[in-house]
Amino acid sequence: MLEESSEPGWLSEEVKTGTTIIAIEFDGGVVLGSDSRVSAGETVVNRVMNKLSLLHDKIYCALSGSAADAQTIAEMVNYQLDVHSIEVGEDPQVRSAATLVKNISYKYKEELSAHLIVAGWDKRGGGQVYVTLNGLLSRQPFAVGGSGSSYVYGFVDAEYRKAMSKEDCQQFVVNTLSLAMSRDGSSGGVAYLVTIDEKGAEEKCILGNELPTFYDQ
Amino acid sequence: MTSYDLSASTFSPDGRVFQVEYAMKAVENSSTAIGIRCKDGVVFGVEKLVLSKLYEQGSNKRIFNVDRHVGMAVAGLLADARSLSEVAREEASNFRSNYGHNIPLKYLSERVAMYVHAYTLYSAVRPFGCSFIFGSYDQDDGPQLYMVDPSGISFGYWGCAIGKAKQAAKTEIEKLQMKDMTCRELVKEVAKIIYIVHDEVKDKAFELELSWVGEVTNGKHELVPKDIRVEAEKYAKEKTEDGSSTL
Repeated sequence: MLEESSEPGWLSEEVKTGTTIIAIEFDGGVVLGSDSRVSAGETVVNRVMNKLSLLHDKIYCALSGSAADAQTIAEMVNYQLDVHSIEVGEDPQVRSAATLVKNISYKYKEELSAHLIVAGWDKRGGGQVYVTLNGLLSRQPFAVGGSGSSYVYGFVDAEYRKAMSKEDCQQFVVNTLSLAMSRDGSSGGVAYLVTIDEKGAEEKCILGNELPTFYDQ
Repeated sequence: MTSYDLSASTFSPDGRVFQVEYAMKAVENSSTAIGIRCKDGVVFGVEKLVLSKLYEQGSNKRIFNVDRHVGMAVAGLLADARSLSEVAREEASNFRSNYGHNIPLKYLSERVAMYVHAYTLYSAVRPFGCSFIFGSYDQDDGPQLYMVDPSGISFGYWGCAIGKAKQAAKTEIEKLQMKDMTCRELVKEVAKIIYIVHDEVKDKAFELELSWVGEVTNGKHELVPKDIRVEAEKYAKEKTEDGSSTL
């Protein structure tokens, strides 16, 4: 007797981090933020994943796109930066981390489907945010990415001001994530924040019910 | 003692590798090159012996550009030095390609030293018969000066000399207060030192090759402009005609 396949959808669908990710520079550091939803088709396979990955003590990256591709790139670059920082005898530059990510993303651009935003602090350039979508490398004052970013381009363009303080930046990131998570089906869960400055990196998790609410909530 | 010096893969009973020492002798046969680091940059000076009147002026360079911000002065077998300058250029280029910024001088110097050292391990190859002085200037790290010798070690310096008159040159360099000098002041002193250590009797004509990298060149390594070089040579000639030579 032949039966129709009773395999659940999430076993065969590609696992994507649907995602909203954001990073922003302030004088003396950066703030990175992400949601926590991992989807395989319509199924949420992980509702509490931290998409802010450590590349070095004061350099983090935000993952989006295919979960496996993004995680693997982050792990490879973490290893390369460890070796590099020992060889040159000092903390790596954010630009180096971003270039390493960009080199992998560009070389394997046909096979990979991941977009990482690299952000961190180094003593030469202070806080820096780099975008590495599809293998380009561009430094920006702030960057958003992932499927949820489409819903908040208007918000970030209107609300961003130069020379915001650390606390303003953190609030900006939390507001953006909250808006994106409420409109994008592939983003949700909790919000993860990482603030990096000269002293180090501080991780924070904001639960769903603690996120700011807007018009329809 | 003879059988211990046939290849670089053999130690002598008193713990020396003769091939490497012979390579250093090759450097000592070459004319002098000096490099001095000051407050805001690095200056190189090379005593280029002119072996024939038919040579075009300015040819047969002994100072190379490894990257925009790094200069390299050499002494010893020039053919070895030229091929190693290509190695250094490739290292700097690969670093920039992989990491997105200028190669730090200490790291470049260690990589070249590692390469030179590899050729002191096997009997199938001979050690490189040249020494280099690397110099660079960077906004954040300031001026840096490193020297690599045929044994494959690299050290950082405030001032160093290689080639036949290196002892005399070192003595002159030690008299300078380079940490308080600027590049413009140092250029004249470097020219003077080369003129002082040049042996008028054994080697007749020579050409002075001067280059610098520092705040004055915006971090770019280049040959010293003609007017400044002429002024420095004039100063050097005056000072050496005074009879202040130590030779």
